[in-house]
Parts: sequence; C-alpha cells; structure tokens
Amino acid sequence: MNFTRTRHTARSQRNNKMATIAFYTLGALVMLLIFWLLFTILSKGLPSLRPDFLIKQPEEIDPGGGIGPVLFNSFYILFISLLISIPIGIGAGIYMAEYAPDNRFTGALRICVESLSSVPSIVFGLLGLAIFAEYFNVGLTILGGGVSLALLNLPMLARVTEEAVRAVPGEIREAGYALGMTKFHVIRKVVLPVAMPAIVTGVCLVAGRAFGESAVIILTAGLSTSGEMWDFNLFSPGETLAVHLWYVQSEAIVEDARQIADKSAAVLVFVVLLINFMFRFPLWLGRRRGR
Amino acid sequence: MGAPVQNLASRAQKSSLAEGGISAKRHNRHLFSNTMFRYYFLFSILALCLVLGLVIVFIGKTALLLFDNISPLDFFFSFNWSPEEEAFGAAAFIVNTLSLTALTLLIAVPVSVGMAVLCAEIAPKWLKSFIRPVLDLLVGIPSIVYGYLGLTVLLPFLRRVSGEGLGDGLLAAALVLALMVLPTICRISDDAIVAVPRKYRDAAYALGSTRLQVIMRVVLPAASRGIISAVILGMTRAVGETMAVVMVIGNTPQLAKTLFTPSSVLTSNIVMQISNVEFDSTWNYALHMMAFLLLLISFVLILIIRILGRNRRDAA
Repeated sequence: MNFTRTRHTARSQRNNKMATIAFYTLGALVMLLIFWLLFTILSKGLPSLRPDFLIKQPEEIDPGGGIGPVLFNSFYILFISLLISIPIGIGAGIYMAEYAPDNRFTGALRICVESLSSVPSIVFGLLGLAIFAEYFNVGLTILGGGVSLALLNLPMLARVTEEAVRAVPGEIREAGYALGMTKFHVIRKVVLPVAMPAIVTGVCLVAGRAFGESAVIILTAGLSTSGEMWDFNLFSPGETLAVHLWYVQSEAIVEDARQIADKSAAVLVFVVLLINFMFRFPLWLGRRRGR
Repeated sequence: MGAPVQNLASRAQKSSLAEGGISAKRHNRHLFSNTMFRYYFLFSILALCLVLGLVIVFIGKTALLLFDNISPLDFFFSFNWSPEEEAFGAAAFIVNTLSLTALTLLIAVPVSVGMAVLCAEIAPKWLKSFIRPVLDLLVGIPSIVYGYLGLTVLLPFLRRVSGEGLGDGLLAAALVLALMVLPTICRISDDAIVAVPRKYRDAAYALGSTRLQVIMRVVLPAASRGIISAVILGMTRAVGETMAVVMVIGNTPQLAKTLFTPSSVLTSNIVMQISNVEFDSTWNYALHMMAFLLLLISFVLILIIRILGRNRRDAA
C-alpha cells in the first residue's frame, strides 16, 4: 500500500477545501440577504412611525392617513380564526398522535390532513367567497374572513400538535396508566403539559402566518373597512393590514401612498416577529431555569 | 375525655364515607370525560376531512359548470384569454405557472440544498443554532411583504441591470418565490441529511474520502428521497403562492416568452379578476376551474411525496 500524496488525492483535497469555502460563502451571503431584507423593511418604516399612525383613520384623498381600523381588524380576524381553529386543530392533532389505530382509516385521515395542508390559500379564499358571499349571501365580512382563515390554519395546527404530542416519551404515559388514570386524564395531566411548549411554538408560527395572510382576506373580508375604530360587528367589511398594504400599493391615489405602504409593511413584519417571539420567550426562559 | 375522641373518630369515619362518595363520583366523571373527549378528538379530525370535502365540492361544482359552455379542449389548449369576447383559453396561465415553478426551483434548489449541507454537515454547532432560527425568520415574513419588496426593491434593481422598461415578469416572480421557498426546502433537506446514519459517513471516511466526497457520493445520495420530498413541498408553495407573485409578474394574460414579459399565472389571474365577475357567469366558472386545477396539482404533488415516503420506509 502506498499512502503518499498523489496528484489525485491532492486534487481531492484542494476540491474539498474550495467546496468548504464555497459553502461558507453561500451561507454568509444568504444570512446577509436575510438581515438586509429585515433591515430594509424595518428601517424604511419604523423611524418615521408615529403612534397616531397606528390609530388614525385611513384617508382616501388627503395625505397623512393612518391604519387604525385595519390594524384592529387584523387582530380581530386573527382572534376569531384562532378561536375556531385552535380547539379543532389541537383536537385533531391529539387524535392522530394518541388515538388513531394503525389501519386504512387512519391512512385515509392522514392523506386528508396532508392534502388539506397543501391546498393553496387562494382556494380557501374562493371557498370562503362561495360559502359566505354566495351561499349565505352576507357579502364580504369579518366573520367570513375569520372562518376562512381558520380553515387555512387547521391542518398546520393539527400537524404541529401531532408532532409535539408524539415527541412526549412513552414511559411517562405508562406511569400515568399505572396509577389507574383514564386515557384522557393522562393526556390532559401528563402529555399536554409536557407537549405544551412545542404546541405554543407551533400556534405562534400559525398565528404569525395568519396575521400576514392576504389572499384569503382579500376574497372573503374585502378591500374596505366600516370606517369606525373598534368596530366589533362581525358583519362589517374587514380589511386587514396585509390587505391594506396591497390596496395602498395598487389602488390608492393618496400622494403619500408610498410612505403608508412602507410603514404598513414595517408594522406588519414587526407584529409577526413579535407574535413569534413574545410567546416563545417565557418558555425559553423557563427551560433555561429548569436546566 | 372519651366523648371528644369518639366524636373525632366518628367525624373521621363520616368524612371518609363522604370521600368515598366523592371519589366514586370523580371516577365516573373521569370515565365520562374520557369517553366524551375520545369522541371530541375524533370529531375534530373528521371536521378536518369535512373541510377538505367542502373545498373539493364547492370549487369543483362551480368549476365543472364551465364545461357546459366551453369545451375542455378550448380551456386547456387555447392561448386566447379574452373574457369580454367569451374566449376562455387558460393554456397561457398553465404554461406560465409551470415555467415559473421550474425557474423558481432552478434558483432555489441549489441554494437551499447548499444551505442544508452547510447546516447539517459542515458548520460548527454554534453556527447551526444561529442559521436555523434566522431561516425561520424568513418563514415569518408575510407573502404580501415579499411582494412589496419585490415591487419596490427588486424591480428597480432588475430594470437597472437589464435595461428593460418595466422589469416585471417571470424572472422577478421567480426570484421572490425562490426566497420564499428557501426555508422550506432547506429545513426538510437538513432533516433528511441529519437522518443519514453516522456509520455511512464513518465508512466513507475510513476509506480515505475527503468531506466533499462524503457529502457528494454518500450523504446526498442517501438523503436524496428526503431532499426530493423537500423540493416537492417547495413546489406546492411556489405553485399556490398568490400575493407575492401578483405584485411583480405584471398581470397581463399572455404567454411569458421571455424572462421579462409581463404575464400572469393561475393564482394571480384568479385574485385579479374574481372580484369583477358575476357569480353565474362563464368567466367565474373559468376562474373556479383554474382554482380546481391548482388543487389537483397540489394533490398530485402530495401523492408523489407519499409514494417517496412509503418506498423509503419499505427500504429501511
């Protein structure tokens, strides 16, 4: 055997070094791109952001309009959609992880969940339009937007719950059964508390996505607001912040449309990041303390 | 002295009797909630399936009305989309959707698989735990913001670089979409690469391979099914994405012959036109047919992922 450095091995080693450098360069470029993106969005909007922008009415003709009602609608629709989708989504996830027997029926259910999670959001928009605007004939409403958004959230919630519940070790379940607990009691008192951090993280991701969703809302909640702040009426039109960004960019005629769009985008991204981190932060702290 | 003791004892007895009653009640309550929640969980998952059914029925029902007025041949193979003249040829949108998806993957796959390799094989631990959350940040940015950035940052840039007048078209849309599917593909490929057994790598290193050779000849082939699944999941996102595309593609119903031809894809055409049409019109049926087509495409893609996953389990 000859272990000396041949031309072949030298070339391999050189390629290896160059590839390593290339991978690191790629990583650095992508990271830079991401930070540059976030910086661009936030730096264009946040410095000129005044608190009254967040509560003022949008203007059609004069400059200086705010985003008060649309911001409120965003949270309101998000709240409605989570109110509907969290109980069902988590229930479905628990069924798939804890109850589903290993048979054809479960296989069919799994195909259903996977297919549903691949349905494009615009299709949920059309569904909401067909159900609320055509079938019930209530037009474009906050309720329609909230329900359609809930349908979009369902499969993702089910999936994150299922993964979180599956990750709970079997021994602690068995310990519960050994004490004579019923299956549901074990799930409620043992499994869910252990799985909760992962579920909360998943719900935050879903909520962040739902907050910025626009294709569904345009078709189901419309491009206008009722013109009042704090309008809790479920049947008023419910333009959200994401849709407002689209509206301002494509149809608005006010002269400061560009500034409004910049600020709306910044607020949108800021809130989404906040939703993603605000709820995870206490969990993260708790985990560190627990160590 | 005796009376209080007796009193205490009888009180204790009484309370234990009462406790017995309570615990029996509690037991029943647990059994009851156990049964109830079993049904509730089953109901939840069935509700999910019902939603899928609703989607298929509501969209499909309206979509199929189209073929009362227009022949399927016209819809699928004609490039003439002029709803005002009752011409509903969707071929341009279908071809554009396919070419946009292909172009997106062409840009996104090398970058995201490269990132996945960096994350899983090369980077030290602290760097991994830095890259992964940062990629998650990308998932959090709403699609409308991607579109807005594409419109205000990418399009002026493309105009300057290419000298085109407008800059919108397939290339702009593909660049925006590539950024959006990057975290999806990267995260799942990363998982697939990490799942490759360590002994494969050890064996290759023992034969004197360099790290690049291990990655290219052992790890990537072993993780290829997972990576293909990741790419297909990225495809479903790219095919169904609406708002980011609509802002940069130009929204003109024509075939995208060059990278800078203003054009339109299935999703963008639906969202631009659906609010202008009557519910009982051929136009509306045609838009629903396009949505149904999107639905079918994503189902087929999911089916492919399932088949890939099943084969992997059989092989293992």
